Amino acid sequence: MITTKDLTKVYRSRGREVTALDGVDLHVREGEVYGVVGTSGAGKSTLIRCVNMLERPTSGSIVVDGLDLTTLPGQEHRAGRDLRTARRRIGMVFQHFNLLSSRTVQQNIELPLEIVGLDRTQRRRKAAELLDLVGLADKARSYPGQLSGGQKQRVGIARALAGDPKVLLSDEATSALDPETTRSILALLRDLNRQLGLTVLLITHEMDVIKSVCDSAALMRGGKVVESGELTELLATENSELARELFPLGEFGHGRPGNTVLEITFQGDTSAQPFVSQLARTYQIDINILGAAVEHISGRMVGRMRVELPGVHQENVVPIGFLREQGLQVDVLNEANGALA
Amino acid sequence: MTWDQMQELLWPATAETFQMVGVATVATILLGLPLGLLLVLTDKGGALQNLPVNRVIGAVVNIGRSLPFIILMVALQTFTKSLVGTTIGWQAAAVPLTIGAIPFFARLVETSVREVDGGLLEAVHAMGGGTWTAIRKVLLPESLPALVSSATTTVIALIGFSAMAGTVGGGGLGTLAVNYGYQRFETTFMWVIVAELVVIVMIIQLISDFIVRRLADRGSFGGTTRLLRSRRTEITEEEEELALPH
Repeated sequence: MITTKDLTKVYRSRGREVTALDGVDLHVREGEVYGVVGTSGAGKSTLIRCVNMLERPTSGSIVVDGLDLTTLPGQEHRAGRDLRTARRRIGMVFQHFNLLSSRTVQQNIELPLEIVGLDRTQRRRKAAELLDLVGLADKARSYPGQLSGGQKQRVGIARALAGDPKVLLSDEATSALDPETTRSILALLRDLNRQLGLTVLLITHEMDVIKSVCDSAALMRGGKVVESGELTELLATENSELARELFPLGEFGHGRPGNTVLEITFQGDTSAQPFVSQLARTYQIDINILGAAVEHISGRMVGRMRVELPGVHQENVVPIGFLREQGLQVDVLNEANGALA
Repeated sequence: MTWDQMQELLWPATAETFQMVGVATVATILLGLPLGLLLVLTDKGGALQNLPVNRVIGAVVNIGRSLPFIILMVALQTFTKSLVGTTIGWQAAAVPLTIGAIPFFARLVETSVREVDGGLLEAVHAMGGGTWTAIRKVLLPESLPALVSSATTTVIALIGFSAMAGTVGGGGLGTLAVNYGYQRFETTFMWVIVAELVVIVMIIQLISDFIVRRLADRGSFGGTTRLLRSRRTEITEEEEELALPH
């Protein structure tokens, strides 16, 4: 649904050059929620603004729903007609909501419909539908100044959906909200994604956002995508940085010197198997469990366990093979010092 | 002078002042508003960014603002004559009043429009709106309370200038004050005229304040949210540091 190829954005100001995006390849499939995570300055904001051409990339291409936007003339506030038409099919939600204070909630939602040129009755009907969808039917006549942050973001989402977009861009939509409101807004995005088949590309600096709503994620650093993929795949990838961030086990013990420490990740079906006792019985070894946790990540049960086996790595090759055969993902940590081998 | 005699002179002169200021206000808004918008739009980062044009408009506005009104009035005599056919009376005075007020109002418009949050423009562009949509649906409605205040300030300045125009035959209350109060030593009458001007200005300000308050009430907690917003941004940045230590 959204594909960027070798996207580069260089800002030039007073002879200085700042590379905000450095060859970003991103592939967001239709109907998924895709999260881009990174610290401030990683380039994620520039990336999302490039997707609807609020920023024109220095080079590279952006294809949204089969249309290469980089071929359309204009940028930001000087968009050509074709680009403006293309933007109507891409909804955008902002961190600070960006609602017009001079308009009521309903009038705010009607704004994109006015731009499209719908008549008054059609606008009313559509706005009422959208307000219902985001659960604010009773606030149609309120002004944004009278709403809470969460309510404002609901209005922002309703407005973004007014043009029946196939793609919704969310620029830190929950970063100005408290944790509880964040959860309800994320749940709303998830519902919309499922009900309407909406493709959502969101950027955030909070791992929790990725964990609770995303199907896929990308980690950005210094203008580059360091890692990307489906969450379930990432969790099954050895040494995945994102997986580690999503599911940190840092607090656990590191075992004794001379022993082998394993990190075992299991998801879905494999989580039902009593593999620890099977391992102990089959190979007659004593297994020391250093720590374990189970979490729900994008609707799936994922567990991770850190265990200690007696003896150095070479002595444990067979038991490790056994675990891998069970469909478990096994990361061998450097003997007893906690770092990855 | 008796009160009756004063009244006979006062009301026609008041009517003249109102006509003069009224015509000048309408003309100033019609010409000054687009000029003020252009100052913002042609500036760096604006929708119609064009720095040479911006510099030229800025320079013209600055020159217009620095010319003393009394000089402007004399300097514009030929122009006024060609436009309204005379150089005396309220119709003639309205011309330099307008020319003098346009740059003043344009700067006030510029300041008001700049106050509009850039995020709102971004939102409109993301919806597929163009420059014209941004002006009509965002810039003007969102800055309306400030624009009304600016227009009021301009009207009150125009009333002051109109009294000055009276000294050179511009008609209205200014002429009355000079002819009677100054030249005929009718000090009481002069104070009556001054008092009337004070009352007019106060009434205009009251009406304007009322309108501005009504407009601003639409986002009744607008002020507080703006404060909260900036504080929240700071917190968010701190959280950002905490959330992903690298």
